[in-house]
Amino acid sequence: MSQTETETEVVRGIGSDYAIKYGFHVPEDYFFKSGRGLSHELIDAISSHKDEPAWMRKSRHKALDYFLARPLPKWGGNVAEIDFDNIYYYIRPTEKQAKTWEDLPADIKDTWDKLGIPEAEKKYLAGVGAQYESEVVYHKLREDLEKQGVLFLDMDSGLREHEDIVKKYFGKIIPANDNKFAALNTAVWSGGSFIYVPPGVKIEMPLQAYFRINAENMGQFERTLIIVDEGAYVHYVEGCTAPIYTTDSLHSAVVEIIVNKGGRCRYTTIQNWSTNVFNLVTKRAVAYEDATMEWVDGNLGSKLTMKYPAIWLMGERAHGEVLSIAFAGKGQHQDAGGKAVHAAPNTTSVITSKSISKDGGRAGYRGLLEVAKGATGSKSKVVCDALILDDASRSDTYPYIRIDENNVDIGHEATVSKIGEEQLFYLMSRGLSEAEASAMIVSGFVEPITKELPLEYAVELNRLIQLQMEGSVG
Amino acid sequence: MALLELKNLHVALAEEGTEIVKGVDLTVSPNEVHAVMGPNGSGKSTLAYALMGHPGYEITEGQILFGGEDVTEMGADERAARGLFLAFQYPHAIPGVTVTSFLRAAINALRKARNGGQDDPVPIPEFRKDMMAAMEQLEVPREMAARYLNEGFSGGEKKRVEILQMAMLKPKIAVLDETDSGLDIDALRIVAGGVKQLVGPEMGALVITHYQRILNYIQPDFVHVFVDGKIVEEGGPELAHKLEAEGYKAFGVEGEKEAA
Repeated sequence: MSQTETETEVVRGIGSDYAIKYGFHVPEDYFFKSGRGLSHELIDAISSHKDEPAWMRKSRHKALDYFLARPLPKWGGNVAEIDFDNIYYYIRPTEKQAKTWEDLPADIKDTWDKLGIPEAEKKYLAGVGAQYESEVVYHKLREDLEKQGVLFLDMDSGLREHEDIVKKYFGKIIPANDNKFAALNTAVWSGGSFIYVPPGVKIEMPLQAYFRINAENMGQFERTLIIVDEGAYVHYVEGCTAPIYTTDSLHSAVVEIIVNKGGRCRYTTIQNWSTNVFNLVTKRAVAYEDATMEWVDGNLGSKLTMKYPAIWLMGERAHGEVLSIAFAGKGQHQDAGGKAVHAAPNTTSVITSKSISKDGGRAGYRGLLEVAKGATGSKSKVVCDALILDDASRSDTYPYIRIDENNVDIGHEATVSKIGEEQLFYLMSRGLSEAEASAMIVSGFVEPITKELPLEYAVELNRLIQLQMEGSVG
Repeated sequence: MALLELKNLHVALAEEGTEIVKGVDLTVSPNEVHAVMGPNGSGKSTLAYALMGHPGYEITEGQILFGGEDVTEMGADERAARGLFLAFQYPHAIPGVTVTSFLRAAINALRKARNGGQDDPVPIPEFRKDMMAAMEQLEVPREMAARYLNEGFSGGEKKRVEILQMAMLKPKIAVLDETDSGLDIDALRIVAGGVKQLVGPEMGALVITHYQRILNYIQPDFVHVFVDGKIVEEGGPELAHKLEAEGYKAFGVEGEKEAA
């Protein structure tokens, strides 16, 4: 019953708005801030600041060349608007990472308090990483997990303390030249999470990372590597917000995940950037024999998001799931989706996408389903549902399917619907206002996804959707 | 003074302007059961929708008063807040919203409206107790509470859940639009029993129906024969029996096939 209670409260208790809750910014008092724009000199500066091994510095320079050589993608959203010369690519807010929240500068600590992260850590998290601009300023893992051999560090510390592991996997799942924005991330990456879960260790409570942009025209480029060993389990959750500025910011992350035999990884994103942020992210996981990879991807914020979390099913009976929610309000374009590549026999995948567009927003599903020759007995189901709230808004569906094997079972369903006058009247005849009735229909529409989330995140996601319904974002 | 008063009510389709209800005068008060009986196409459902404030129907002339207040221009939510309820002939599915969470939201919306716009949520134990009692009385299986509202419900389940909503929302006047259609005899007995129990000093009912059979379970105090958008005859319960025996022929309506 608690789930429904909370849902109802969410539906009822609307009224906050982005500007107050997330859109604030605090003065800049930084240890180091690069100049605007990209160059090989900038890369040397970043690498020197981080005191990195030579191979990483080399990898950055090479990636910058890839980035500069590649054209901008002509599909998806309008990335031509991004002024790459106007972005700050590296800001180090503090000299050292803090071990307690109290050790942080007051403004930064205050920001995390407002976002409720220290409180969440106490209540229901196994570990927290908090990234502010380019660096993870606070990081902590529960002691018992540390003793079991779990590694949960920021990526820079991961590279320093476990260079062998990072060197083995970095850029192997997503090569530097995979796409223009993966190249950019590889060139200027900073922060992000490094996670290793040893064989058989199941972390019941989520590990959470929170990404915060504070400065105007900031570029945030975190890099995450997660390795889940045999029979292990982790649920990693990320959230993000930024102040509202009139000029654009850029967020371009790369996330690489390896799930070994019989392991399971769930990666949940609640993306709530302010509507001046370009969010161009590459996420890919490989799942080996009997392993399970799940992406739960909620996109509510940003000006433009292009993100299609991918799963490569590399071992027999591996299973992959993508649950995607995209909500586009005024001035927003969510080009979201998922990819599943079946490269071994008897692998299974499910992609469920729910997109909502409102006030002229544009939300869509772009997905790839691929079954390689030899992946016999594979099964896949793709369901994408769109809900369009008014005539000014738009929904797109681009389901790409490539099947090179005969003995497979593939299903694809797509629906597009509008909130009907009859549904609204029915709910209003019971006393709900028009806004409450619409909000209820929308939370019901996304319920198949929110019910998969731990209660706290389901509540958060529902609350953000209600906020969007009020049109108060941006 | 009656609680619900319809004064010379004229209703037209909002889009095309066709007049469907052509001047109806009717009053309903708590402790009363009124039956509006009419053949298919007489405008009965239009009357029900217009009473509740459906935006697809326009009141072109006349008035609806509730407790003396003119509610003619009010939205459905405002009418609900004052104590009007419509049990739908074809209730809509709301995927992803459970019966429980819907009912709580509806109750809290009504409580808020009646509390000057300030939140006044129903205490959970009270809500739970009321819901369990109402479900038991209407023989609604417990697992229905966790199902999505009207999604995949049978006709009988939908009607039962309409009456469950009525029992939980405690309206002052309930309009029942063809609640008997599509019900087998057992379901009809349960649903009608539920309505009968609620009629009293706190609630009056306006039962809209084609057939007399629901009236075997809910004895009407007043029967209004409704043909071509108008009330053409009024009387006591005996009028319903006469209609059952003779059909609507006496009112110039050709014999109809029995609907399922």
